[in-house]
This record gives sequence, structure tokens and C-alpha cells, in this order.
Amino acid sequence: MAQSFNRTEMLPALPPPISQRGAVKWMNENLLSSPLNIFLTVVGFAAIVLIIVSAFPWWANSVWNAGSLKECRDIVTASAGEGASGACWAYLRVWWGAVIFGHQYPVDERWRPILTFGLLFVALAPVLFAGQKRSLLIILGAVAAYSLLTLSLAAAPAVPFVLALLGIAALLVLSQVQPAKLLWFTLAFPPLCFWLLWGGSIWTPIVAMAGFAVLYFVFRAASPVIGLAPAAGAGLVAAVLWWLFAQGPIVENLDAILRVELLFVPSDEFGGFLLSTVIGITGITFSLPIGILLALGRQSDMPIVKMLCVIFIEAIRGVPLITLLFVAAFVLGFFLPPNSNFDLLLRVLILVTVFSAAYLAEVLRGSLAALPRGQYEAADALGLDYWRAQRLIILPQALKISIPAIVSSFIGLFKDTTLVTIVALYEPLKGITGLVRADVNWKGIYWEPYIFVGTIFFVFCFGMSRYSKYLEGKLKTDHR
Amino acid sequence: MKKSVFFGALAATTLVSGLAMAGTLDDVKARGELICGSNTGLTGFGAPDASGNWSGFDVDLCRALAAAILGDASKVKFVPTTGETRFTALQSGEVDLLVRNSTWTASRDSELALDFVAVNYYDGQGFMVNKALGVSSAKELDGATVCIQTGTTTELNLADFFKENNISYQPVNVADDAEAQRQYTAGACDAFTTDASGLAATRATLPDAENHVILPEIISKEPLGPVVRNGDSAWGDVVRWTYYALLIAEEKGITAANVEEVATSTADEEVKRLLGVSGEMGAKFGLDNAAFKNAILAVGNYGEIFSRNIGEGTSINLARGLNALWTQGGLQYAPPFR
Repeated sequence: MAQSFNRTEMLPALPPPISQRGAVKWMNENLLSSPLNIFLTVVGFAAIVLIIVSAFPWWANSVWNAGSLKECRDIVTASAGEGASGACWAYLRVWWGAVIFGHQYPVDERWRPILTFGLLFVALAPVLFAGQKRSLLIILGAVAAYSLLTLSLAAAPAVPFVLALLGIAALLVLSQVQPAKLLWFTLAFPPLCFWLLWGGSIWTPIVAMAGFAVLYFVFRAASPVIGLAPAAGAGLVAAVLWWLFAQGPIVENLDAILRVELLFVPSDEFGGFLLSTVIGITGITFSLPIGILLALGRQSDMPIVKMLCVIFIEAIRGVPLITLLFVAAFVLGFFLPPNSNFDLLLRVLILVTVFSAAYLAEVLRGSLAALPRGQYEAADALGLDYWRAQRLIILPQALKISIPAIVSSFIGLFKDTTLVTIVALYEPLKGITGLVRADVNWKGIYWEPYIFVGTIFFVFCFGMSRYSKYLEGKLKTDHR
Repeated sequence: MKKSVFFGALAATTLVSGLAMAGTLDDVKARGELICGSNTGLTGFGAPDASGNWSGFDVDLCRALAAAILGDASKVKFVPTTGETRFTALQSGEVDLLVRNSTWTASRDSELALDFVAVNYYDGQGFMVNKALGVSSAKELDGATVCIQTGTTTELNLADFFKENNISYQPVNVADDAEAQRQYTAGACDAFTTDASGLAATRATLPDAENHVILPEIISKEPLGPVVRNGDSAWGDVVRWTYYALLIAEEKGITAANVEEVATSTADEEVKRLLGVSGEMGAKFGLDNAAFKNAILAVGNYGEIFSRNIGEGTSINLARGLNALWTQGGLQYAPPFR
């Protein structure tokens, strides 16, 4: 009886031949697909190998503990033989404080920038991760741990140490109970930051902030009577009058009643990464709203507003930042009354902010133009006035489109802070590094400071870039 | 046309601000602090350490001045200035004087409305080469690659020198000292040229200093000294004579350690006048009679300042050379103090 064979189930699929799968396939397709590619692959690998072979000993022989470059070299020679090269990171041990805070920032006050840096993230958290309790918990928890660690390392005085930790703990609780309320801390942060970094009487920033309250109340009281724009103008005048004439006496009187002050640190004692972050963060914070206003102004139907905005944007954008910095630092000095003390850092801050705002305005103009005409018409059809239409319909969409461009502009701004070295401010890349090299113990050190500073800048900029990526994903509402 | 209007306006404002700041000495006294325009950091001459304490050859002159005017050498604020910003900072009144390795030239004296009041260091441009090159004179550098900072007078001096000697060179442009040192040690250039003091400082920090030699030719004159604004000669006199006081002190053997003792015991009339024991010399400058004694007490005499910061025995290891006193074959010469 002929036995018939009937297969009852399918054979399992065989894996593809070895040349068609896994690493081999990938290499065939990507590295070795044509003679040109083979050539490029070989050259590329040779270059990588060459770089690693030549640079590896330098990294491997790193010295972390030495008193001078010469000692570093001796240590490298002793451990790796004559003629070996090695990185000398030991300079960081001596110059660490100067690289981070600037060489002149008082050593006993270094806990203040440290704390401010932690609080910065508390203030940013509700803006960056609105209402997400888990993210807030992670960030605030990290800030609490960071503050505990770094403040004790910096030997912060007991009272501010305890107060700071209690404050952060309270904010942590608040973020879990009522996350939306955390925004109040964000609003309170700029004056707090100012007070912590520069010091002086606590009443100075408080009374200065009261100026904004004056602006707001005058605006509220006047706007039903004379309209929005004149009311805003009146509010501004009232606030300026407050700052010019009321500020001084009020602060004096409050000082007489209750004196709470930190040691005043003039801004020419700022340096290193403290200086970079102060310029970078201030520039970023203030250039965005100014940029938005400029962009809207450029689109405005009012010819004078439009013309002023165009002139401003083009004038600022048409001039290199270094020129503006020179103007800020020196030409202004000729036109100010002699011995007038207009803080150099403040001048630089204003110029950097204005410069960045002009660029942002153009970025935003692009995205405003990219919005379909229908969106503007829909806003009009709903009967929204100009500001409501912008706030509710136009800007949310325009800002969303331009996130990558805005963030890349911010990254550019942050890196541009190193240019202030040209007006003799001690930023970390060239300023502080110049001092390290002027120190007879470390003269001749070359790559290490660049690599260190570059790494820190990379961390900041990469962080910003990743956040923008995250934000894009979060705000993605289309179905492309 | 526009340009001339702009510069006219600038000159006018300079003039106005110059007039308004006529009494720098009074300003300093009223402020209680001397504002000294210094280098952003130059080894041996002026640089802050990691905790912000300034030291150096130029810095000590500022301290001496503060001690003379205010009686306290610590009452001085150092404002760093870059090569680009230094003269504007002085003209606009941000600093009281500059003590930062600025070369005294005719055009700076005339055109920029500045006054160079003294020469505290006679420098000159030199060359450093690797011994392996087998060169013993700069005139043998035909065809060499030379590391040179762009935009400086050294660049022009270099071109002149090679042209005069009818030899050729290949410039390797670098932005600053650190880069020059890097290029030189990496072998990108055969010779490195800058001020001789800078060469010495660089050589001292090379890993193989013994393999490098500074050639004997000095191809330029670089008299470096304190600078003040034009039109305030009373202030210029204070700076000049404080400096001369330090020179006279060295000449007479007065040091920071023995100045008090000398003041009580000396029989030398010039020394008595200098230290304010007799006469009213300090008052003639608008200063305290003990002003110059205070200056010497604070930083020592010129020789002490020199040997402490840049002299033989320090890692920069500069010989006195032209900066020796005139009695010892140098150029440092102070007019009589009477």
C-alpha cells in the first residue's frame, strides 16, 4: 500500500541566507554597496582608528591631582614613560571655583548662585511641564537632592541652608497638591534670583516688583476709560515714576524698619559659567516676549508701529553682535555723564536681549505668515478683538510651528554669551581660560579648558534641544 | 564726510568728558579707590589668581599708587581691558589710568589724546627657536615659518626686519599667546616672535625649555608704561613721580623692609624729602607728605617689584637688562627729587 505523505502543517519559514540578514546585510547595504562606498568605508574606518589610537593615550594618561602643569607632565612621564602625553585636568581642582562662579565672586557667598541654579529649575518646571505631577516630582526631588548636596559642599551658612531646604520641600508638597499654584513661584523667581545673585537689601527687588503692580493697577483702572494701548502707556509711565522717585525712599524706610540683606556683589565680580547662565537665561526669558511683540508689530496695520518695528529689527539684525557689545561697553561711555555708573553687565544684558529678540521676531514672522489665512478670518468671525485673537487663536499655533527655530535661536544665544569676552567680561571659554593660562603654574595648557567648557555647553544646549523635541511631540495635534 | 562728522562729535564728547573729569586725583580721593585698567591676564605682569587676588609687575605699580594717594595699597580696583578696549576705557573715564603693557608710540601719544607718563619696562621684540634648528641669529631665519599674532605692531616689525635683511619668511597667523605656544610646540612654525618678556614666560612653561633658545636680536623698541588721559597733567605727575619714587628708592637702597628705619636714621637730604621727613614734597603733588614712603612700604622699590614678579629666580626668569638702573648700565633713570 502506497503510503501517501500529506503535510499537515506549514514548514517554519527558514531564516534568510546569512548574507541577507543581520549585521552582514546592513554592512552590505550601507557600507559596501559600491566601489565608492567601499573606498569611503575603508577611509572612514582608518580615520576613526587613527584618531582613537592617537588620542587614546592622552585621555588614558589623564592627571587629576597636581599643583601645576609641570607636575602634571612629570606624573605622566613617570607613569607612562618618556615622551607620553596626557591630559591635565588637575587645573580644574585649583580653578574650579573661578570657572563656575568667576574668580572674583566672594567665596563665602558661592552658596547663593548654587541655590539660585537649583531654584531656576523649580521655577522652570511648571512652565516646561505644565500640570504633570510626575515630572514635577522628579524635577523638584532632583533639585532638593542637588541643593542638599551642593549647599553642604559649599558650606552654606546654617540659616539660609535650612530655609532653602524647607522652601524647596514646601514647593515639592505644593507641586503635588496644587501643581498650578507653582506658577506663582515662577513669577516670584526673577526678583528672588536677582536678590540671591547680587544681594543687597531684600526690599530693593520687592519694591521694584511693586512697580509692576502699580503698572497693572493703573492699566486696569484706566483701560475702561481711555482704551487698552493708552492705558498700557499710562501704566508704564506710572511704573517708571515709581522706580525713579518712590523706589529709593521706600527701600530706605523699609530698611530702617526691618533690615534683611545679603552681601552686595557688584556685577563685575561675576564670571565663569555663572556669567554665561545669567546672560543666557536673562536673554532667553526677556527676548521671547519682546520678540513676539516685535513680530506682531511688524505685521500690524498701524504704519508707525510697523515702521518702528521694521527699523528696529533690521537695524539690530544688520549689525554683528560684537559691534553691539562694543557699543554697549565703550561708545555708550562717551555719551553718558562722567562717573555715571551704568553697570557693564546690565548694558550687555540689554544688548544681548535686544539682539536675540530681533532674531526671534523674524522667526515668528515666518510662522505667522505660515498660518492659513482662514485662521485669522475665523478669529475675526468669532468677534474676538485683536489681543484675544492673537492670544487664543494665532499665537498658540504660530509658536507651535516655530518651536524648533525658536529653540535653535536660544541655543545660538546661549553660545553667543562667550562673545562677551571681547568687552573684558570673564566668560568661561576665553576669559577664565585666559586667566588659567596667565597663571604661571598652568601656562601652556591648551586643550583641557576648551574640552571642559565645550562639554558643559554641550550639555546645556543638548538639553534644550531634547526638550524642544519633547515639546513638539507633546503639542503634536495633527495626524500626518 | 559722515565719518568726519561722527569723529568730530566723538572728539567733542571726549573733550567735554575730559574737561568734566579734569581732576582725576580729586576723583580718586573722593571715591576712596583707584581704578586701574589692567590686562585681562598676562603672566608675571598682571593677572588674578583663582580667588581673584591680582598680582604682577604692573599690578604692583597700581598698588604703589593707591598706597601713595589713599594710604592703603588694597584700595585699588583692577578693571580688565583687552587690546581693543584699553584706550577707549581710559578715554571714556572708566579707568583712572592704564598699566597694562602698552607700547609708547608717537601716534598713541598724539592722535589718541593719551599721555604716557613713564616707562616701567623696556621691552623689545625677539625670536624663540628650537635648538634643533641650528640657528644662532635671527638673520639666519631665511625661509622660516614664523608664528605671529595678527593685528599687532609685532607683525609690522617682523615684516620690516625681514625686508631690511633681504630674507624671506612664511607667517603663521595666530590669535593669541596660547595659540602661538600651541602652534610652536606642535612644530607648525620654526620661530615664535613676540615681546622678549612674553617669549621668556612662554619658554619657561615649555615641557622641554632647555631645547629652546631666544635669539639675541631684539628687532624693535617696546617701551611699556602707565598711560593717563591727556590734559590732566597734575594726575600725570602723581603717577610719574610715584613711579620715580620707586626707582629712587632702589637707587638709594631703600626697601619695604627698611624704609621705616631709613626714614628715622638717614642723613641723605634727597631721601628725607622722598620719605616726607623734611620738606613738603608730597603736598606739592596734592598728596600726603608720607605718600611716597607709603608706596615703598606697600610694594618695595622698583628692584624688589621686578625680582618678585618677573626677575631671576621666578619662573619667568627675566634679567634686568635695559631695565637695570642707569648706575648699573640700564635705562631706568629718575630725575632728582627736589
